Amino acid sequence: MAIVFQRPHALRETQMHYCPGCTHGIVHRLIAEVIDELGVEGRTIGVSPVGCAYNNYLYFNCDMVQAAHGRAPAVATGIKRVHPDNVVFTYQGDGDLAAIGTAEIIHAANRGEKITTIFINNAIYGMTSGQMAPTTLVGQVTTTSPFGRKPELHGYPLNVCEMLSTLKGAVYVERVSMHDIKNIKNAKNAIKKAFKVQMAGLGFSIVEVLSSCPTNWGIDPVNALKWIEEKMIPQYPLGNFKGKDLEV
Amino acid sequence: MGEKILMKGNEVIAEAALRAGCRHYFGYPITPQTEIAHYFAKKMPQYGGTFIQAESEVAAMNMVYGAASAGARVMTSSSSPGISLKQEAISYAACAELPAVIVNIMRAGPGLGGILAAQSDYFQATKGGGHGDYRMVVLAPSSVQELYELVVDAFNIADKYRTLCMIVGDGMLGQMMEAVEFRDKEDIYQADKSWAVTGTGMERDHNIITSIYIDPEVLEKHNLKLQEKYRKIAENETRVEVFNCEGADIIVAAYGTVARIIKNVIKTAEKEGIKVGLIRPITLWPFPTAEFEKYADVPQAFLSVEMSAGQMVEDVRLAVNGKRPVYFHGRMGGMIPTQKEILEKIREILK
Ligand SMILES: Cc1ncc(C[n+]2csc(CCOP(=O)(O)OP(=O)(O)O)c2C)c(N)n1
Ligand code: SF4
Repeated sequence: MAIVFQRPHALRETQMHYCPGCTHGIVHRLIAEVIDELGVEGRTIGVSPVGCAYNNYLYFNCDMVQAAHGRAPAVATGIKRVHPDNVVFTYQGDGDLAAIGTAEIIHAANRGEKITTIFINNAIYGMTSGQMAPTTLVGQVTTTSPFGRKPELHGYPLNVCEMLSTLKGAVYVERVSMHDIKNIKNAKNAIKKAFKVQMAGLGFSIVEVLSSCPTNWGIDPVNALKWIEEKMIPQYPLGNFKGKDLEV
Repeated sequence: MGEKILMKGNEVIAEAALRAGCRHYFGYPITPQTEIAHYFAKKMPQYGGTFIQAESEVAAMNMVYGAASAGARVMTSSSSPGISLKQEAISYAACAELPAVIVNIMRAGPGLGGILAAQSDYFQATKGGGHGDYRMVVLAPSSVQELYELVVDAFNIADKYRTLCMIVGDGMLGQMMEAVEFRDKEDIYQADKSWAVTGTGMERDHNIITSIYIDPEVLEKHNLKLQEKYRKIAENETRVEVFNCEGADIIVAAYGTVARIIKNVIKTAEKEGIKVGLIRPITLWPFPTAEFEKYADVPQAFLSVEMSAGQMVEDVRLAVNGKRPVYFHGRMGGMIPTQKEILEKIREILK
């Protein structure tokens, strides 16, 4: 019998710790499939964030480095400059990338570091139990915005792709979503293209992934996917912001 | 030995690092050490290395973290306020056992302070400016020649023990032009870096560099391993210069620039019939406690002279352990203790 579906080689055979209905795990799988398909596992180095994915170094078969909160792009810069022929990616949440690590992501992108960032936007701090993130929607209730995010108090949701796409060094910028099969497929294509852009030495590439956090949103997994579609996408429109026509 | 040339302390640091095989430098400009970055910016391309002017000291030290994880000889440099910003990644790198060299050309604090020479980061360097139970080797050269030699040693010690090494100097040493004699070739410690992230090549299991251990038992075990390493470093790498201490009336403890001043004080005091000894810690951590113990019964008193409000003096007191009184004389804010005032202090103590 032919095997039609199996664990990608780049994913280790171990149980992930994510909550039921969390889409972190799906994104891991997509990254691993891309690594397999590109045949680069042996020369890939990943950088884990601080956030729910802090220990995803246990899940990938490639070499991995765990970074301080928000510093993954700086750590990846150090790695890539030592091993320019390796494929280096960071995996970061929205607290990690868009709050404490804002300086590091902007400058890695602006330097055109030949790394790829997978950016998980779940509009909340997952690991520390549901605080407001820079990406939290207006009106969204979190443990630190118990009356909903109010622009006059908390400012506005931060649109990372729109911001980074103004930088010359960021050559491939795309936002995708985990809310249904079609979009998951698109996400994989985007991740693959981002890796290829890096491998072609063109510059910095980032894929922002709208992702669910049923636990801290306080809704069940199915409705969490609906929430992405109905609530998040209007604030975070999907699509390519830069590099659509790059031939890689 | 090779040729003798006149060079600025800060440039010697960069030249020494290149000679020690360092090909990756990440830093952020701050006085009084910027010549280090200027030198690397000019030279790194010739060596096929990396020079990055990072967006901050936070980022620079995290780039060091990445490059060290990747197995490279790597360095950063800064001055006091910038070193404060590096503390995050210093603590992480200590936990992840990453070898790297950090240079602190100290300036006067606290706060933005001033740009002139000081030694007020002794506590930060030796007692852990970052969080957690960690140590790093702290080397304190007092001449440009020694600066060169200790930078090379720092890279070797870092690789040998998988540890951080900090070189502490001050603006005087960094800006000073002095003759330096470079060796034709450096002894470079060949470390096994099979732990580094280089890509598995599909030939081995994946390597992981991390500083997170959620399980308390595992974390305690890791801490015990670190402590054992620090004990070994203390046993093998403690360095000190002992000068004129046999039969001394008073022994002065001083390091770096201040130790140079004490050598002049020793000559002047001799004319007055006062024998002044000098114990000059070359490693501030590990502190040369044994040397102080050895001479604890010799003089009438000890005197620690520093460009601080009194930091190293605490280690001197611990080492002398009450056997003799330990006095302190210090200047702050970028002021340098003069021979005259040190001599007056010595006369007053011996009265
Ligand atoms: C310097 C520092 N500050 C704060 C924390 C605590 N902390 C851990 S995870 C986290 C938020 C992570 O949120 P996000 O990046 O959105 O990732 P998620 O958990 O949602 O996947 C915070 C604040 C930390 N570990 N380090
Ligand atoms: S807290 Fe949220 S982001 Fe974290 S694992 Fe659970 S569902 Fe996923």
